[in-house]
Amino acid sequence: MVKEEQESANRPDNTAFTQQRLPAWQPILSAGIIIPGFVIIGLTFIGIGVALFVTSKSIQDMEIDYTGVETDSDCYKCTNTDEKNCVCRLDFNIPTLIEGPVFFYYGLSNYFQNYRRYGVSKDDTQLSGDLDNFKTPSDDCSPYETDDTFVLYQNLNGSNQEVPFDGKGIAWWTDYNVKYRNPDVTPLKDAFEGTVKPPFWSKPAYELDPTDPNNNGFINQDFLVWMRRAALPDFRKLYRRISQDDYARGLPAGNYTLQIGYNYPVMSFKGKKKVVFSNVSWMGGRNEFLGIAYLVIGSWCIVMSIVMLIVYAKFKFPEED
Amino acid sequence: MFEQFRRVANFYFLIIFLVQLIIDTPTSPITSGMPLCFVITVTAIKQVEVDSIHATIECEQPQPDLYKFVGRINVYMDNEPVARPLGSENLLLRGATLKNTEYIYAVAIYTGMETKMALNYQTKTQKRSAVEKSMNAYLVVYLCILISKALINTVLKYAWQADPNRDEPWYNDRTEPERQRHIVIRAFTDFLAFMVLFNYIIPVSMYVTVEMQKFLGSYFIMWDDEMFDEEMGERAVVNTSDLNEELGQVEYVFTDKTGTLTENNMEFIECCVDGHVYVPDIICNGQVMPGATSMDMIDTSPGPGAREHEELFFRALCLCHTVQVKEEETVDGIKHGIHQGKSTSFYISSSPDEVALVEGMKRLGFTYLRLKDSHMEILNREDEIERFQLLEVLTFDSVRRRMSVIVRSSTGELYLFCKGADSAIFPRVVSGKVEQIKARVEHNAVEGLRTLCVAYRPLSPAQYQEVCHLLNGAKLALQDRDKRLAEAYDVIEKDLILLGATAVEDRLQEKAADTIESLHKAGMKVWVLTGDKMETAAATCYASKLFRRNTQILELTTKRTEEQSLHDVLFDLSRTVLRQIGGMTRDSFSGLSGDCTDYGLIIDGATLSAVMRPAQEDSNSGNYKEIFLEICRNCSAVLCCRMAPLQKAQIVKLIKASKEHPITLAIGDGANDVSMILEAHVGIGIMGKEGRQAVRNSDYAIPKFKHLKKMLLVHGHYYYIRISELVQYFFYKNVCFIFPQFLYQFFCGFSQQPLYDTAYLTLYNISFTSLPILLYSLIEQHIHMDILRKDPSLYRDIAKNSLLRWPIFIYWTVLGVYDAVVMFFGVYFLFDNTTFTSNGQMFGNWTFGTLVFTVLVFTVTFKLALDTHYWTWINHFVIWGSLVFFLVFSLLWGGIIWPFLNYQRMYYVFMQMLSSGPAWLSIILLIAASLLPDVLKKVQMYAGFGYVPTLMDNADKLYKGQLSEFTPMASLHAPSKAGRHRRGSGNQRNAPNPRRSAPFHKKLMFTRWRRTPDYRTFAPLLAFADGSRHSKQGRAYGGTGPGTSV
Repeated sequence: MVKEEQESANRPDNTAFTQQRLPAWQPILSAGIIIPGFVIIGLTFIGIGVALFVTSKSIQDMEIDYTGVETDSDCYKCTNTDEKNCVCRLDFNIPTLIEGPVFFYYGLSNYFQNYRRYGVSKDDTQLSGDLDNFKTPSDDCSPYETDDTFVLYQNLNGSNQEVPFDGKGIAWWTDYNVKYRNPDVTPLKDAFEGTVKPPFWSKPAYELDPTDPNNNGFINQDFLVWMRRAALPDFRKLYRRISQDDYARGLPAGNYTLQIGYNYPVMSFKGKKKVVFSNVSWMGGRNEFLGIAYLVIGSWCIVMSIVMLIVYAKFKFPEED
Repeated sequence: MFEQFRRVANFYFLIIFLVQLIIDTPTSPITSGMPLCFVITVTAIKQVEVDSIHATIECEQPQPDLYKFVGRINVYMDNEPVARPLGSENLLLRGATLKNTEYIYAVAIYTGMETKMALNYQTKTQKRSAVEKSMNAYLVVYLCILISKALINTVLKYAWQADPNRDEPWYNDRTEPERQRHIVIRAFTDFLAFMVLFNYIIPVSMYVTVEMQKFLGSYFIMWDDEMFDEEMGERAVVNTSDLNEELGQVEYVFTDKTGTLTENNMEFIECCVDGHVYVPDIICNGQVMPGATSMDMIDTSPGPGAREHEELFFRALCLCHTVQVKEEETVDGIKHGIHQGKSTSFYISSSPDEVALVEGMKRLGFTYLRLKDSHMEILNREDEIERFQLLEVLTFDSVRRRMSVIVRSSTGELYLFCKGADSAIFPRVVSGKVEQIKARVEHNAVEGLRTLCVAYRPLSPAQYQEVCHLLNGAKLALQDRDKRLAEAYDVIEKDLILLGATAVEDRLQEKAADTIESLHKAGMKVWVLTGDKMETAAATCYASKLFRRNTQILELTTKRTEEQSLHDVLFDLSRTVLRQIGGMTRDSFSGLSGDCTDYGLIIDGATLSAVMRPAQEDSNSGNYKEIFLEICRNCSAVLCCRMAPLQKAQIVKLIKASKEHPITLAIGDGANDVSMILEAHVGIGIMGKEGRQAVRNSDYAIPKFKHLKKMLLVHGHYYYIRISELVQYFFYKNVCFIFPQFLYQFFCGFSQQPLYDTAYLTLYNISFTSLPILLYSLIEQHIHMDILRKDPSLYRDIAKNSLLRWPIFIYWTVLGVYDAVVMFFGVYFLFDNTTFTSNGQMFGNWTFGTLVFTVLVFTVTFKLALDTHYWTWINHFVIWGSLVFFLVFSLLWGGIIWPFLNYQRMYYVFMQMLSSGPAWLSIILLIAASLLPDVLKKVQMYAGFGYVPTLMDNADKLYKGQLSEFTPMASLHAPSKAGRHRRGSGNQRNAPNPRRSAPFHKKLMFTRWRRTPDYRTFAPLLAFADGSRHSKQGRAYGGTGPGTSV
């Protein structure tokens, strides 16, 4: 009797888990599943691809370089870094209406905003409004914002009509309202006392936007846009939206002049500067990649399913003889 | 070699940690240095004072062998020291219980770390599995990749920066101290920074996961109810979890015979005295006369001399043993008990043979009663008690293969009784009916019975004095005691007079033959290593189907080498074997692999030591080992008889060191198997009747030999599949993880900018992708258990570490790189100078990284899901759960301004990303694109997926529904390789044996499959991997179809 009890004590638990016999679903990829599966996936992808491609095609995107490399360009004079507060003009023509709302971007290329040392050269506590870190920011703090300014005129019957820009909501809502905070000091100027204006900034931080007191210091929208580091060395950033008055429907065809406050030298590192007029759709700006990629993957699935069908047919049926 | 790798790994981790300036030491490799302390030999003598009795004990330095102890006690009686020997029989180990006495005097000799237990704990050598070796090779490859990545990036960085404008654009100039630093130092710092950035490619967490997998996985072996033996109440024991996967890689099985293949439940069959055969009656009614069941050999009128010999023989067997009598008040042990008045008693001994012999004697009328006051009492046929004084016991050892006792009869005559193996007795016999007894012994051996010979030697008092002197001298020696004792025994046990022989039967274990057959089918070579006589062992081998009727037996025994020189015999045999192999290949090419013979080799200990002897000056002796190995390689079964324990280990070592480095497994139950269990890659102990030494020294222990089948074919197979996927997957997922980061360096000015946020970098391996693979590696079953057991040839699919070969490793790595490229450039083109939100806002670099990371986590998890063949609810829970965890974590991580962080770069990044339609679309697209090649490969691997349903239909009928859970993996492998083997081997082995009909059906089924090779052109990688396997096995199994020539 004692022996039997010992046996049962030593006996392993006879459960489905310990005996590795848990009920399980064991999927089998058979032809009946794979071929229709591939066809369905392929067709879906092609459908999405076509939709994306067509949408992308309908988006207008106009890019104008204003670096001033060519000597005949009006901005050539500004490439000289000794020139302070240089202003140059850029004339261009819009052949067809760009439907609104139109977004006005500035772009830089060959500019490594994603450089690691550049990335760490900011002080988040300072930017979120902590006064202690003002005069003693973390060691390598040097955000060099581009400070070019733009004013757009449409040439109407010989006179230039200024196109109104809307600078609100160009940065992320959370950046503007939560992440970045100005110090709790009024006037804002006092908080910045004893700090140095960053190089190539034409105005001190607390006077970036004289028209709107809530658009100054660290919550200046242009500053916020700049502070969201671009992922790649060629990038564009949103500058303004054109959605007001006569231009609510878009930028009509015609001649335009862009007046540029050229403050930001890029020639030294062979950079390029440009402005972009673009409208967007539900899928954002013009990008044919996604549509094409969907088409490619979708057609590949279809091709594979056809190949499989042939193989299946060829080798299955003779077997039945 | 391995330790080197291990240290490389440890060193690497250490460096990385140091570079990161995190003070945290990884596990140190000092454990391997510890055993050195014990290598220093036993020289110094320790002195212990015994208080209550005035005595001193001298003993050796602590040593790990549990069964060895040499010491001497000097008891002072009237200040006169009297020296007594102390041996292992005087040493009480942990767990000893006191019997038959109220108290004893004892002295603690070794304590703490000096105890044998502690010494054994540390000195047990670590065995490493083949998988771990591959793992380390891969690790080195990845280390090289890592270093070259860092180097490439460093070099490119400086090449790129050669342009001064790029070196220091004004928006990004260096600080003054940086500028002054020497370029070499700067470059080196950069190199280290890249190393830190890419270090995640070495899966640190893999080691942790592998350890966990092994530890937790070993529980399934212990929990296995089918490996539980009700009779003994024992279940499988796992002593090392390091070798689970090695169980799936075994190529050679070395098995002991007695107690492993056989029950070790001895039954006395007969004895033979001077040519007279005595068979005890089964129904024992106290007195059974030998005449009743006598054999033809009995001389009808035994002379008075014969009568005397007979009496002496029975007494010898009653006296020459170390059996103890255990008396029990209960009436339990009727079977074993001897009825003597009220009390019942039964015999206990470390050797079942002895019990069988003593019980046999009882049935022949001579009952051993007890050992009392060093007198042995025997109840003879006339119910008289005879008393013999036991003077000396010359204990049994497996080298001498005999034991002796010296007794003084009541009449004062002195006898030495000796019993032992025939080979140990015959050379020492001077008289007796040697020829008749030898004939009988051989006859019995052929029947598969275990034989022992009994001899005696009368001693004169003077001779006895000499013997005593010799023995005492040897026993008291502190150095070389064993050697001196052996010499003394050698001198004493000579000039014997042969009395007779005994035969004891040891039945085969249940299902031993079935197990051996399965092992054969699984492609393993089974060697039986035994100390028994050749004939006995051969009979067992036939009974256990190790040798079949059509097996051609090659003999390499002393008998043959006496006729021819060893040299000639070896060359003869190798020629026979090789000719046949050549013929077989031709046969199988012509499609008629009809009468292929498989070979069985029998070799004995003496010949083996001749073969193993190191090269001498005469010509070719150095090649003997090679030729011997060549012969063995071509034999499906080998029987080594007359082996000393050390020779067993030598054989294992020899095979281990042969040029293919096969994985060996040794299985045994006794102390004499310990050396081979320790030597083999995997050592398995059987919980037998000869103590637990084998169990204690083994890696795994099972109650019965039959459990080996499930252990290897099911558990071994599963663990191998599981861990190989684990290893490959880990490397794969880390390539996927880090390669985009490498690519990103090309777009951020080689500035070591991380692509992913720190939280993602840290948690990727720890929590986002760790649990699904751990769970997979614990419960994946690609083929149903019952099928694995029914079809042992599936075991061949994973032979030779086939899932961790370089082509497969390269496939995984290439797949990882491909996925990484798809993910990185997919997102890159999506970000290409455009917005992808409908409000025109732009995304930054962290959104870029997060998008890549999201695709990455989903892709690697889905990849594992694709590989999973066995979806239990736990799999669903863990796989989908870990994805949900990733999403929840990301939402939380980006949703809150975390007060303890000094940066908030991830704030709202994830949510913003999800608010964009194209981001969703690109996630779906990139996941699909990453998985597509693997899905296609899988589809091709099903090579004519159209066949799967066909197979299922047939299989259902054949296996009566059991194959309904047949998974595609099985069907994939079965036709391409196993099927081919089966066709070849099935014909060879099964054709002459029509009883086994199951393979016949399968053959039918697989002939349909042989067209499939045409598909294989679609899967060049796979075909390549398979091709290498085919070519290896091509010689043995021939190219049976056009498909092998891929």
